[in-house]
Amino acid sequence: MVERGSTDKAIEVTGVVKRYGDKTVVRDVDFSVRSGERMVLIGHNGAGKTTLMKLMLGLTHADAGCVRVLGGNPATAAAAQRREIGYLPESVAFHSAMKGREVLAFYARLKGVAAAECRAILAQVGLEQAADRRVSTYSKGMRQRLGLAQAMLGRPRLLFLDEPTSGLDPSLRRQFYDLIDTLSLSGTTSLTSSHSLNEVEARADRIAIMKNGSIVACGTLAELSRQAGLPVVVRLRVMAGHTPGVAERLAAMGEIRRVNDHGIDLSCLGASKMVLFRHIAGLGDVIEDMDVIPPRLDEIYNHYMEDVQIQ
Amino acid sequence: MRAIGILAVNEFLDGLRNRWVAAAIVLLGATAMALLLVGSAPTGTIRAGALDVSVVSLTSLSVYLLPLIALLLSFDALVGEFERGTMLLLLTYPVARWQVVMGKFFGHMMILLAAVAVGYGGAAVITVLFTDNGTGGWQAYIAMMGSSLLLGAVFVALGYLVSVLVRERSTAAGVAVVLWLIFVVLYDLALLGLLLADQEQRIGQVLFSALMLASPADTYRLLNLTVFDTVGQIAGLAGVAARYGFGASLLLGLMALWVVLPLAATMALFRRREL
Repeated sequence: MVERGSTDKAIEVTGVVKRYGDKTVVRDVDFSVRSGERMVLIGHNGAGKTTLMKLMLGLTHADAGCVRVLGGNPATAAAAQRREIGYLPESVAFHSAMKGREVLAFYARLKGVAAAECRAILAQVGLEQAADRRVSTYSKGMRQRLGLAQAMLGRPRLLFLDEPTSGLDPSLRRQFYDLIDTLSLSGTTSLTSSHSLNEVEARADRIAIMKNGSIVACGTLAELSRQAGLPVVVRLRVMAGHTPGVAERLAAMGEIRRVNDHGIDLSCLGASKMVLFRHIAGLGDVIEDMDVIPPRLDEIYNHYMEDVQIQ
Repeated sequence: MRAIGILAVNEFLDGLRNRWVAAAIVLLGATAMALLLVGSAPTGTIRAGALDVSVVSLTSLSVYLLPLIALLLSFDALVGEFERGTMLLLLTYPVARWQVVMGKFFGHMMILLAAVAVGYGGAAVITVLFTDNGTGGWQAYIAMMGSSLLLGAVFVALGYLVSVLVRERSTAAGVAVVLWLIFVVLYDLALLGLLLADQEQRIGQVLFSALMLASPADTYRLLNLTVFDTVGQIAGLAGVAARYGFGASLLLGLMALWVVLPLAATMALFRRREL
């Protein structure tokens, strides 16, 4: 939930509207990211995620509302403020005739970053070996890593990552998120947009769900599942032969999903969860083990996207 | 200033990498060499410097070549980066949009400078060293090199304007070719046709002067063929400058205007552009 009155906000967006022609792409968005937070933005294609990012980067102007990034207006941001921002665009592109090292050196000079830092960053993203090859020979994963390398230049306080792992193989994705986590530990705020829900759910402090230009939900994973009113699943291991009896006694408290000779799955809403737990505890030795499975992000996402109509 | 310098150097290095600089040097150098050698043949009897003579022929050639090279360099400058997506990233860096335009402009001018200095300059040095025509007319030759650069700058600026106005690279390329045709070929043909049809009935000297000065290519011609008397004699245009009252500063000022106005328009349009 958005804290009111907090001054420690890296991004603050209030009542922002953005139209392209007669098409409203971002409608009345209120949104904020606290310093040091890992915020993830999810939503269907065309939901307005990239446009929202562009507004925060000062690449486009809002038709209404106010965007503040690191305390300033991104559209008129001073050079000093832009030095503290890193951006990895969706499908990042470079001058293909340049070598990887040259590309990074060019961006480093623009940001006023020492050349020595380039070498360190190239090593960090695993591009040392390929640094003297032309970018045109790079694979998608290598280009993406070069993209992250330029975003990391000058130890930015705020990172914008637009679908950073699309097109990367699983091990690269992992490395990618590990890098971002490392940056986050040193206090970097990040705003990542993604379609890979199961990847981001463990890596996000908070998640915002965008739909048709609006943010329909925003919070931690637990908060989102509470808001969505999705049931948790309780998985019980029951002493052999006792499952029918246990199932009968718990039927009133939740919906029985699955019963076999040594286990029961039942789902219940978050609010009645504790009542169920107390009841289970009262059953004694018959219950051998219990797992609580909260709704996953993709279930929450599907809940919000149920009636989506792509405009 | 720092950002402009970085962008300019990057643009120049890009020109070196994709052989633009080399191609332009070879093109200008070879044509200058050829014209200088041809031009040096008859000078023995007229006693005019080889450089003087070649200013006339090189002017007629530069008026086609430099706008072409300049437009080829510049039409892609903005629209190409929009299309590739590199502009998006660049503008999140500590660089203002006008600095992007100026950086590219200086970078492209460095490419043209290299081409003119090495191509035209080199050809002149070789001619002076290996023929016995002497260095007569070197001032006019240097002035020709300088004004050729200015002509290049005009078309670099016009190319940017095209580049910021259209949505696709291919459109920009097409418009650039049309622009070149109009400014360098069609305008003069139309002017000539108009004069022939008119038979000095309605188009007086003043209107004709104005029409000449409205074209940067003609301004460039006037600048090179009339300002130095020795050149004017060879070109058969001696005294034209005095008659029409076109001083060098007026001609230079007009060409500068052709650089500044398109550049300013490009910056204004770029500033309003949504990415």
